[in-house]
Amino acid sequence: MTTALMRRGWLLLMLLLAPVALAAIDTYEFETEEQRQRFYQVSGELRCPKCQNQNIADSDAPIATDLRREVHRMLMEGKDNREIIDFMVERYGDFVRYKPALSPATVVLWFGPAAMLLGGFIILIVMLRRRQRALREAAAHPLSKDEQQRLQSLLEREEDS
Amino acid sequence: MRRSWVIIPLLLFLGLTALFLKTLSDKKTQQDLAVDPSALPSALIGKPVPFFELPSLDDPEQLISPDDLKGEVALINVWATWCPTCRAEHAYFNKLVERGVTIYGVNYKDESEAARRWLAELGNPYRLNIEDPQGSLGINLGVYGAPETFLIDAEGVIHYKYIGAVDDRVWNNELGPRYQALIDQEAQ
Repeated sequence: MTTALMRRGWLLLMLLLAPVALAAIDTYEFETEEQRQRFYQVSGELRCPKCQNQNIADSDAPIATDLRREVHRMLMEGKDNREIIDFMVERYGDFVRYKPALSPATVVLWFGPAAMLLGGFIILIVMLRRRQRALREAAAHPLSKDEQQRLQSLLEREEDS
Repeated sequence: MRRSWVIIPLLLFLGLTALFLKTLSDKKTQQDLAVDPSALPSALIGKPVPFFELPSLDDPEQLISPDDLKGEVALINVWATWCPTCRAEHAYFNKLVERGVTIYGVNYKDESEAARRWLAELGNPYRLNIEDPQGSLGINLGVYGAPETFLIDAEGVIHYKYIGAVDDRVWNNELGPRYQALIDQEAQ
């Protein structure tokens, strides 16, 4: 009795989960494993122009299906990844690249974060060095008697006020 | 002051803020956003209509190629019977034809029978209708949905693409002025 109930429970759960697994599936034949890998790689790098926050590998939009078919066709024709991506950019613009090409317009995009990180480190190092130098100088030149007295009086005046 | 550099990040931040604000309040940006923020500009602006050789919808024996679209400033409308927005804009194309605008159709990933029935029922504003059942011309044109409407000059060079239904507002603001500019250019 309980096992039958459990089995039903499992069945229900699986039915509920089934639609999740319905992401874009089509059957393509490849001659080599390398072609299959490249197919996944390229279609993962191309953004679907219709559903703009998905790549064409994940998207169910008709245009994504068509573009996957084109990717497959070009792969089987022996085109390399770059040629396939160029083909798409020629038709759909730079937008379809999830990895933007390195061009004067995208230099900041590519190197900006690294440059800022580097800049931060440089500033940090300069600050630390200055502080260390100041400490070293202070150690090398202890205050004279006069200076000690002046410091003392300054501190006292501070406390009074 | 030795510490004056600490305000550099603040200045950078303010500079970026100013740049973003300026871009956001820019008239051009607002127009683009008002139309459709997800619409992509065509990558084919300034390029000729890509090569194709596809049957005519009206007469499947007849093959159409880009040369058949030359000679006049014209619109190329990508449409299909499965596309509700295409039905919505269809009447407007009938009106545009009456005003003397040349329109070519690309019947995109459709069934020819259904398409012919639709034209018989709603009227046929298209001078020629290219059958593109596989969407191959669509891909070469950078089409990613229907309807899309291209503006071409007499040499078949693409000047503009509008994504979505063409109506009075779109014609008056987007397509019409560009169309007229091309006509004026040809007249010179």
